Amino acid sequence: MDKDTREIISIVLLIFLPIIIFFASFLIGRYPISPIDVINTILSPIFPQLEVSPTVTTIVFEIRLPRIIGAIVVGACLAISGAAFQSIFKNPLVSSDLLGVSNGAGFGAALGILLSGANIITQIFAFIFGLISVSATYLISKSYKAGGILVLVLSGVAISAFFNSLISAIKFIADPDDKLPEIVYWLMGSLASINMDKLLMIAIPVIIGLIILLVLRWHMNLLAMGDEEAQSLGLNPSRIRLLIIAGCTLLTSAAVSISGIVGWIGLIIPHMSRMIVGPDNRVLLPASLSLGASFLLLIDNISRAVIAIEIPIGILTAIIGVPIFLYLLKRGYSEWS
Amino acid sequence: MVIENKLFEAKNISFDYDGDEIFSNISFSIDKGDVLCILGPNGTGKTTLIKCLNGLHDISSGEILINGENITKLSFRQISKHVGYIPQAHVPSFPFKVFDVVLMGRAPYLNLTDSPKEDDKRIALESLKILGIEDLKDKEYTNLSGGERQLVFLARVLCQKPDILILDEPTSHLDFGNQIKLLEIIDNLSKSGLSIIMSSHFPDHAFLSSTKVAIMKDGGFIDFGTPDDVVTEENLRKAYSIDVRLMDLGGKRKVCVPLKTNLKLDL
Repeated sequence: MDKDTREIISIVLLIFLPIIIFFASFLIGRYPISPIDVINTILSPIFPQLEVSPTVTTIVFEIRLPRIIGAIVVGACLAISGAAFQSIFKNPLVSSDLLGVSNGAGFGAALGILLSGANIITQIFAFIFGLISVSATYLISKSYKAGGILVLVLSGVAISAFFNSLISAIKFIADPDDKLPEIVYWLMGSLASINMDKLLMIAIPVIIGLIILLVLRWHMNLLAMGDEEAQSLGLNPSRIRLLIIAGCTLLTSAAVSISGIVGWIGLIIPHMSRMIVGPDNRVLLPASLSLGASFLLLIDNISRAVIAIEIPIGILTAIIGVPIFLYLLKRGYSEWS
Repeated sequence: MVIENKLFEAKNISFDYDGDEIFSNISFSIDKGDVLCILGPNGTGKTTLIKCLNGLHDISSGEILINGENITKLSFRQISKHVGYIPQAHVPSFPFKVFDVVLMGRAPYLNLTDSPKEDDKRIALESLKILGIEDLKDKEYTNLSGGERQLVFLARVLCQKPDILILDEPTSHLDFGNQIKLLEIIDNLSKSGLSIIMSSHFPDHAFLSSTKVAIMKDGGFIDFGTPDDVVTEENLRKAYSIDVRLMDLGGKRKVCVPLKTNLKLDL
């Protein structure tokens, strides 16, 4: 791709696409609303003279808007933390799923549902166990002298498997009439239960996480060159990496706590973004943010529109994500090996 | 009496790794414009020494002084303003643009919350121009040849505006022609006032650009001084355990030729 085509593609994909998908998403659902009604309703708080029906207002603002924002936030958080993880571990194959954060947070949330069921408990548990699992992965890989990326990824796989079995244990003891379906449904990933209260609850961790990652994004380039070089350029690599891991964990756990486990976004979106804008994190992170948001919103629309019952979104991201990943693997293999 | 601080000084430094001594009791100092070439066989601890000199490893005893200040009292950022470092091997990362790689050299002057400004970009471009590689600016650094990539890293350390460059076998991945070009660049940089510490496998290189030479063997310097005094047939025999003939090419150029050992394998 030459420079101009690349720029046009970036602008279309990263700026116009999210806007179009955002507005189009209001049209999808069981109650048909025309595009004109959607635009009028969205504008009505600013221009009170516009006439809109109260039913449409309720559907747009209380049902569809929270869900659309939820999809945007979850997609954006998972994608940007994937991009940051890939940079700081100097490896295009890591993501929150692979480092154990998702399963750790998943276990935390399942435990929260089992013990209390209150949203706030579920979220706090998701965050704490997300942090525990990524720290465990990191510390285990550090304890091997000849550390390196392979050990890191393998520790992540082990920690994920460990938390996965703990999740099974919770399912085993959960009340099959009441808690079990909730846990199972939640683990498959769904945006159906998102409301404004839940969004407000994750607002603070999401904002803090995003600020950390976006502010440090140029310095992530240095970490991608390896620790010794980063240090010779004046950075304290372990300290910055820790800060970035904390940011990513905040975002991932926040996302997991409202949507369940939605896989593959954190792995494939950074790759697609890197193909469009290149590896410089100054542009890569915002690009992943935007592409992740559009991608999950699009998938959520599919999950609502294709058949009469709703397909859990985690199933769809995997069905769509795996072929995309394999395609990217084939295309980019020479660069990674 | 005013005691002038040396630009860079190592006093009796030693390093051990889990109780294994890698090197011990090494002392030397360099001044502005000096080029110190550290020679020695494989596995003698040159790379470890180099990493101690720029603070990547902590020495187990002794002192390293940069402008009279103990390296242990300096932060990574303070060290990076004085010392630029190019490792021997670089594991390629994501395909960053050459210009973005060079720009990383401005990190010592930027806060964690900052990213490079116009001024930093100007300095990065100047560094590329000094080395004559500005046309590589938009290329991916992962697609360059070994020689070009080495120049990119050199441009990056120049961006750091250091007083001292520490280069770990800077010619090891370069072909015959690029080796001499790189040594001439080093020579030019030292004449402009930079001091350079480098390690090398080739004793010849000591005659091309160095003002000081150290020969390292079994974790210590066996000799330290000017190239003519240190790079002798006898010292090279001690270091590499083979016979070496030194030949004068005229014009202050000498070359070292290893003689055949008449090795016979019982095949």
